[in-house]
Amino acid sequence: MTLDARSLTGKAPRPERHVSLIVVGAGPAGVAAALEAARAGVEVMLVDEHPVDNDMMAMDVPLYFGGRMDPAVRNRALMLERVVESNPALAAAADAGVDIQLGTYVWGAFMPGPTSRELETPLLGLADDRRSWLVAWDRLIVAAGARDVVLGFPGWERAGVMGAGAVAALLTRYRALAARRMVVLGSDDLGLRTAALALEHGVEVAAIVEVGDRVRGDDKLARELADRGVPVLTSHTVRGVRERTGEVESLVLVGVDADAKPVEGSERAMACDTVCLAVGLAPSIELLALTGARLRFSSPLGGWVPEVDASLRTSVPGVFAAGDCAGVHDAMLGDPDLAREQGRVAGLAAAASLGAPAARATVDAAPATRTVHSHWQWWLRSLLHAGGLDVNVCQCEEVTRRELIATRPPRYLVWSSPQMSARSLETLLRDGPVNQDQIKRLTRAGMGPCQSRRCREQVGLLLAESTATGIERIPLPTFRPPIRPLPLSVLAPADEPSAMREDWVSWFGIPTQFSPHWEGPPIDEPTYHTRLVGE
Amino acid sequence: MSEVKGASVVIIGGGVTGLSAGWWLARAGVDVLVLERGIVGWEASGRNGGGATHVYSPFGLEEQRLWPQMDELLGYPTEHQPFRIGVALTETQLALARRWAEIGEMRGLRWELLDRKQLKELVPIVGDDVIGGTYLHFGGHANPQRTVQAYAWALQDHGGRILQHTTVTGLTVRGGRVSAIETSRGTFSADTVVIAAGPQTGLFADMLGVSLPLAPARVEMIATEPIPPMRVGGVAGNGLYGRQTLRGNLVYGGGPHEWVNVPDMAAPEHSNTSLVRNLARRLAELFPGAAHVRVIRSWGGVVENTPDGLPVIDRLADPSNVVLATMSSVGFGLSPASGRGISELVLHGTCQFADLTALSLARFADTPPDWRERAGWIAADAPMVNAR
Repeated sequence: MTLDARSLTGKAPRPERHVSLIVVGAGPAGVAAALEAARAGVEVMLVDEHPVDNDMMAMDVPLYFGGRMDPAVRNRALMLERVVESNPALAAAADAGVDIQLGTYVWGAFMPGPTSRELETPLLGLADDRRSWLVAWDRLIVAAGARDVVLGFPGWERAGVMGAGAVAALLTRYRALAARRMVVLGSDDLGLRTAALALEHGVEVAAIVEVGDRVRGDDKLARELADRGVPVLTSHTVRGVRERTGEVESLVLVGVDADAKPVEGSERAMACDTVCLAVGLAPSIELLALTGARLRFSSPLGGWVPEVDASLRTSVPGVFAAGDCAGVHDAMLGDPDLAREQGRVAGLAAAASLGAPAARATVDAAPATRTVHSHWQWWLRSLLHAGGLDVNVCQCEEVTRRELIATRPPRYLVWSSPQMSARSLETLLRDGPVNQDQIKRLTRAGMGPCQSRRCREQVGLLLAESTATGIERIPLPTFRPPIRPLPLSVLAPADEPSAMREDWVSWFGIPTQFSPHWEGPPIDEPTYHTRLVGE
Repeated sequence: MSEVKGASVVIIGGGVTGLSAGWWLARAGVDVLVLERGIVGWEASGRNGGGATHVYSPFGLEEQRLWPQMDELLGYPTEHQPFRIGVALTETQLALARRWAEIGEMRGLRWELLDRKQLKELVPIVGDDVIGGTYLHFGGHANPQRTVQAYAWALQDHGGRILQHTTVTGLTVRGGRVSAIETSRGTFSADTVVIAAGPQTGLFADMLGVSLPLAPARVEMIATEPIPPMRVGGVAGNGLYGRQTLRGNLVYGGGPHEWVNVPDMAAPEHSNTSLVRNLARRLAELFPGAAHVRVIRSWGGVVENTPDGLPVIDRLADPSNVVLATMSSVGFGLSPASGRGISELVLHGTCQFADLTALSLARFADTPPDWRERAGWIAADAPMVNAR
């Protein structure tokens, strides 16, 4: 049989190595999974991106760092030391024979499938600051954690506005948070715990701000914070940030009524250099989505989460999910043992599925019942009332809330026409249900270098709010590799199969495809067509 | 009996070709309805290199004539930008770039050869290893995402209709004509049916007892973060097609495709492979000055090819009220002209501005049923699933 030399056949990438089990994420769930599987005799590689480099942090990848990194983060060796020190369980994993790769990004998952048949085995794309490589695997446990949910307000682009996940990472893993006085937004356990953590590390906490009329998190924790001089301002929202030379100087708060509308005369400025958004966390499902794992929407678990069984198997054979990326809620924040237990179960299940002698274990269904999105929506509503529509919803592409709702083409096109002015989210809805990817293509909201980490949830919530659509009914926007923004020079492979170089064409290489039509059917050159129909 | 709905012309497929045809028809005052399985322009129509330089095609001169007017004609932005620069790192690449330029010259279009110095001035991110290039005073590029939506909206502005999330499941032929179009939202009727369903066009032809040889394949692209806009964004070479967008992103594709099967009307999977790395390598070779720029997205999708890689745009003899339209994987740039051509086939039975003989279905009359096997254009065996 003829082979099409221009096709992918024979050009399959060479994975650098093959590992029985890869665990992604070295938090409590990931380390527990790796440890358990290694103890059962499985070959395990544990990968974690921390310490991430300063450039990545500056783009708010993977967490919303808000430019509040201490210059020490540029010292990679020191940061590596701190990341290791802050995670004592890593030593036990190393002792058990786990191959631990820190400072290593996971940017892609490539799965054999109906339209990807040339791939012989599932691959994971890894990278550090210098190069990228591929690793083949038999089993994959994703324990990628959660990321910050970001809601904007006037001035949220300034250095000093950051997320609770980033605060925790910079305080505990990196010991490199450049903050002196912080205001925390959100009074769930996330906000309360972040405030307590900040105090512990010598950061002053000016206040905790809650849009609802009461503290949402643990009462005892709130009382302890109050005793330490941290008030919770309930029924308040953010009017905006006052800045000096691009940095947060103070936060302007305003009281809100029962409709989340600002109360006249209740404005007050609170001096701070850091605003910590602790409104919520979203499971980091990017990698799971790339594997093709089926996802479902569960508000108590933070939004889109993988469908898993009691052994934490996803819908994709060989792929497991554990910890916050499988669903995050207050109880997990307070008790890392819940994530550890999930990791242990996934590790055992993965080991057993590889034929290793491993005990059977299962996890109970998540105990979380409290939905979070209606509360996020309430925050957004208050911010809309207090800050208006001319606030960026997407920082990278500078798309405002107003432009999103009007489905305006980007400003740099300087486009206006009566036809365009007549179009909006409302007219788009007449043609079909709201779709975040479609609106992204029209407005560019979510198309920037942060890969929509800072705007995914707020765009979704704003669309839900503007169209009176339940957030769960808005399809999840797609993910594509690389799920970490990597330089061309890093992503590029150092070597390629020779056929990749020799047979590379820009488009199919069909000789007649681009021949001038006026020259008639090609006569001199044997074409694919003449070859196949015969002379 | 279920409710029968319809239009004078029903177009199956809301890709760029069907949308353009629908827009031209709506402009002419025809009652037109586009049936789209998902969202308009969702597949390769809305994600591609955006190139608009296909002078070799029977539609080529019309493509060149129309693009500069498209923003105005549609009333919505397409981000069309004129001119193309071809960059060559080797003599072979230079010969290829010259070939494209000379095809334009044969049609009376202007181009010039660029030396290394001129090239570096125009495209500051090329390296010292460029040997030269071409500057085409014709051709150009546009934003596929914006353009497909522009067609759809403009079509509606002229009174045309689009039904999204509507899958066509069957065609009923009676008395030598397609009399009914079965869909997931009921049955539709039409005087004329245009089938412009991309990789699935062949499946619809099968329903009519017509053989349209098509081989679907998966292709991939990458997109970087924005960098400062260059004077001409339509720069390509080194085995890549693509452009710098008006926003500044470098968006490029190329390299090996993978032949696949599209057995039914469902949207084929959109996987990317690690080819994104090989694309990154060639882009860094093409633009060493941008090697530090970050890749932030990629795209993988399915397109279709005929055996000679040329479109089939043809009005069938039997059934007598059907126009088949596949652009054979090169549809976006030519869409202003192909849509006009299709509208003329519908309205007049023939295309009045171009000779479409070369695009007729008859040329495949003797193509054997196993042509994909013979050409080696077949999907690999299904991969083994190794787990559970």
